[in-house]
Amino acid sequence: MKKRSSILQIRGEIGRGWYLGGVAGTFVIVLALWSAASWGGWVERTFLPTPLQVLEQFGNQIVSPEFWNHVGISISRVSIGFLLACLVGIPIGIFAGTFRFAEAVVLPQSEFIRYMPATAFVPLIMVWAGIGEMAKIWVIFLGCIFQIILMVADNVRSVSGELLQVSYTLGATRRQAIQQVLLRAVMPDLMNTMRMMIGWAWTYLVVAELVAASSGLGFSILKAQRFLNTDVIFVGIITIGLLGLLTDRAFAICHKRFFPWLEGGR
Amino acid sequence: MLSAARITLTDAEPAKLKISGESVSKMYRSKNKQLLALDRVSFQVFENDFVSFVGPSGCGKSTLLRILAGLEEASDGTVLVSGRTIEGPGADRGMVFQSYTLFPWLTVRENIEFGMTLKNVPLFEKRAVSDRFMELVGLTKFAKSFPKELSGGMKQRVAIARALAANPEVLLMDEPFGALDPQTKEAMQTMLVDIWQKEKTTIVFITHDIEEAVFLSERVYVMDPNPGRIRAEIAIPEDIKRHPDGRDAEPFLKLKKQIVSMIGHHHD
Repeated sequence: MKKRSSILQIRGEIGRGWYLGGVAGTFVIVLALWSAASWGGWVERTFLPTPLQVLEQFGNQIVSPEFWNHVGISISRVSIGFLLACLVGIPIGIFAGTFRFAEAVVLPQSEFIRYMPATAFVPLIMVWAGIGEMAKIWVIFLGCIFQIILMVADNVRSVSGELLQVSYTLGATRRQAIQQVLLRAVMPDLMNTMRMMIGWAWTYLVVAELVAASSGLGFSILKAQRFLNTDVIFVGIITIGLLGLLTDRAFAICHKRFFPWLEGGR
Repeated sequence: MLSAARITLTDAEPAKLKISGESVSKMYRSKNKQLLALDRVSFQVFENDFVSFVGPSGCGKSTLLRILAGLEEASDGTVLVSGRTIEGPGADRGMVFQSYTLFPWLTVRENIEFGMTLKNVPLFEKRAVSDRFMELVGLTKFAKSFPKELSGGMKQRVAIARALAANPEVLLMDEPFGALDPQTKEAMQTMLVDIWQKEKTTIVFITHDIEEAVFLSERVYVMDPNPGRIRAEIAIPEDIKRHPDGRDAEPFLKLKKQIVSMIGHHHD
């Protein structure tokens, strides 16, 4: 009885066993359903490959240089598009979160544009930028930047006003308050924002590669669809998922490293 | 009437005026409302003085302190600090807030050195000063700790050390012990009086705790709420300050009671 109530307690701590059990259990259940559906013949094999098929296909792919070529190209597209969006978006977001006038110039517009789906711009981007490398980078860039601006501005605005006031009473100039308080204080949140946004960057990459590309993971998924190679599609999707998981973990580890001073960091 | 005579120091030289407020008013305006937070408040703070403003919430005492700090502007009246009008916040008026406002990414030492870092004080000099203030507040052992590793009382001690290390002319304190438990609070009060005597700083202290005000201060301004006004100015007599029984002494309790009833019967 006690154990049970502690699991359902709001924000209550649970043992490590329970946590890992929850993680593993979900995986097992999904895998079991998948196995049942494919081997049990609920779904036709062409539509849903068995886990073994996918695993086998994964083994084939992982040794083929073409696969790694796709992976490499996709990673470089995501990195460039995402970094450019950060390079432009973060400073704008910081300005918008710091000065009210910058906010007026930037925020309402971004708010408006971000509701226009970036995916809908893909055809337009194709017209403007062709179907070369730049087009994919543009899709990722445009997909991310307005969100980044808004989220960074929000991060900056949530820095405690009292910290700024304290710095003034210690003799800080406006410039010093920005450099030594605002920017220092916002770093952890900024990094979390980037961690969220890189996930979106992957989504936009696949969108771009599905529409117009002759390389990359999105393209390999599309090509596999033409030949009904669902197992290859699965491999492509899972690969993107794994890459995402890897970047996410990397961000989490760096976050812990960079900000040991954070209260109650997990 | 309790509003006692102006403080007269027994020293030969007359006390130097550090801060003077002349019918200071503060009006907050919003769309359809006006709120008079401070109504023609006048006061004096002398060099090496320890002055408290005490009163219930809504009496404008925090507003008054923020005006002194330069974080807000008075709507009317004049405030002079060292004979100059206040032009925004500055290092000459250090401040300790009620909430914990240490920079969480800096260690205890770096927090204390913050004001000096802004002024590019050479490292050896910074170290010497921060060493001295860490010792003063008894946190030498925590030099390398981050604020998250400190208790509430320790955080406020660092905040006091940080404000003093920037070498201000006046130390403004806005209910700095308001969030602490009673035992910690008493220890902090004793420490603050000690620091005040050692460092010869001028302190303006805001609190709603009458006992705290009487225990700490040389003079207490008692304030009324809605609108914020000064009701009385009380110089704490020497026999209360020097009494061996401290806050349990008969005259201490009597004065405390007097102030309580004074605040009590004005606002219902």
